[in-house]
Amino acid sequence: MPPIYTLHDLQQSYNGRRVLAIDRLDIGRGEVLALVGPSGSGKSTLLRLLNFLEQPSGGALTFDGEPVTPRLALAQRRRVTTVFQRPALLHRSVAANIGYGQTLRGIKPDNDELAAWLDRLGLSHLARQSAPKLSAGEAQRVALARALILRPDVLLLDEPSANLDPYNIGLIERLVAEAHSETGMTVVWVTHDIFQARRVAGRVAFLLEGRLVEVADAAKFFTAPATPQAAAFLRGELVYS
Amino acid sequence: METILDALQEALGLLTGFDPALMEVVGMTLRVTGGALLLATLIGLPLGAALGLRDRVPAGGCVMPIIYTGMGLPPVVVGLFVYLMLSNQGPLGRLGWLFKPPAMIVAQVIIALPLIVGLTLTSLRSIDPTVKLQVRSLGATRAQTAWTLIREARLGVLAAIIAAFGGIISEVGAVMLVGGNIEGQTRVLTTAIVLETRRGNFALALALGILLMGLAFGANYLFHRLSDE
Repeated sequence: MPPIYTLHDLQQSYNGRRVLAIDRLDIGRGEVLALVGPSGSGKSTLLRLLNFLEQPSGGALTFDGEPVTPRLALAQRRRVTTVFQRPALLHRSVAANIGYGQTLRGIKPDNDELAAWLDRLGLSHLARQSAPKLSAGEAQRVALARALILRPDVLLLDEPSANLDPYNIGLIERLVAEAHSETGMTVVWVTHDIFQARRVAGRVAFLLEGRLVEVADAAKFFTAPATPQAAAFLRGELVYS
Repeated sequence: METILDALQEALGLLTGFDPALMEVVGMTLRVTGGALLLATLIGLPLGAALGLRDRVPAGGCVMPIIYTGMGLPPVVVGLFVYLMLSNQGPLGRLGWLFKPPAMIVAQVIIALPLIVGLTLTSLRSIDPTVKLQVRSLGATRAQTAWTLIREARLGVLAAIIAAFGGIISEVGAVMLVGGNIEGQTRVLTTAIVLETRRGNFALALALGILLMGLAFGANYLFHRLSDE
């Protein structure tokens, strides 16, 4: 099956400073890819490019066999969605936040579907509550539901459980795993937590200073990394390219 | 102290008696300030939103200081400027607006506009950048993104309107210069307070002052209730 994303010589620079330069990366349809690397390695930048939120400075990005162009960007963007580290909920009710993406598409949120999601998240009693009043864990669960209810082809996760307690981390991992197995969506998961990457991913891409140093199956990456930088990263050492 | 108490008593009498002269001044104040606030909001909100929604304000190094300076414009200077523009020798003298309510509205729009533009712009720019990314990531078009962010900044937008209202209902310099404080035509609460104080009619001046504060409180209470909702 052809990959859903193909990145070829993809580059991103801000104010003349190059922050990302990926020679080649294919992301398979339906896979769970963990993006790992130290802070500032370009993981979040790559996610923004994969969600078509930014124009790359150079190189080629194809999505589902089509080159990403500004003309197609909205249609392509609506097949992909990101859950960020900060939930960025709107000043509306919990239910309105979960249905927000559907509203943007002109779809009236289905009350039964909303109720099912709220139940799944353990938030049924908070449906009418103002979203900014939720706890961090509750807010991130709402952010995840807001993305998953859209049934995107690709779910991008930018450290969604970075500041959460073990219960919420487990819940988020379980919800993503269930959605992945139900819909076959592609998941690209940025995480600092190598144990989480090991739990959730089938494949791991290791970024360092904007460059892709190693891409490997998760089992191989965690047991026998091919590069000294990846090995040092897994040992918790400070890594340079 | 006695004078103040006497004045207060007399002021209450005037207020409860719905004195016609008093009501006329109140009506003119509401028409001028209301009209100016409406116009300034209709112009200022879209302008502030257009600037605040951009990643960078065009020519921001110049535009932002101009807006911020405008937020502190001395009303009397605005009055002088509008006077010169609308006087017989001025470029807009043909309109014949001087010493009429339209001139007062123009002056108050000039005072209110930078406040509305500046505070709307600031409230939009203070929204967490992740919210904008998140909204776009969920599939919003450019227009949907703009509308969502304006809704998110609604408290700041409301504060901009409240600040503008407070600025213009309480100013005296501009309306005095361009309106002339003509009885039955351009007299508003602030200019009437100045006049009655000079005449020694402290009771009436105080009654006008109480009304002015009451109007300001009423409007702010309404805005506050709106922001709560």
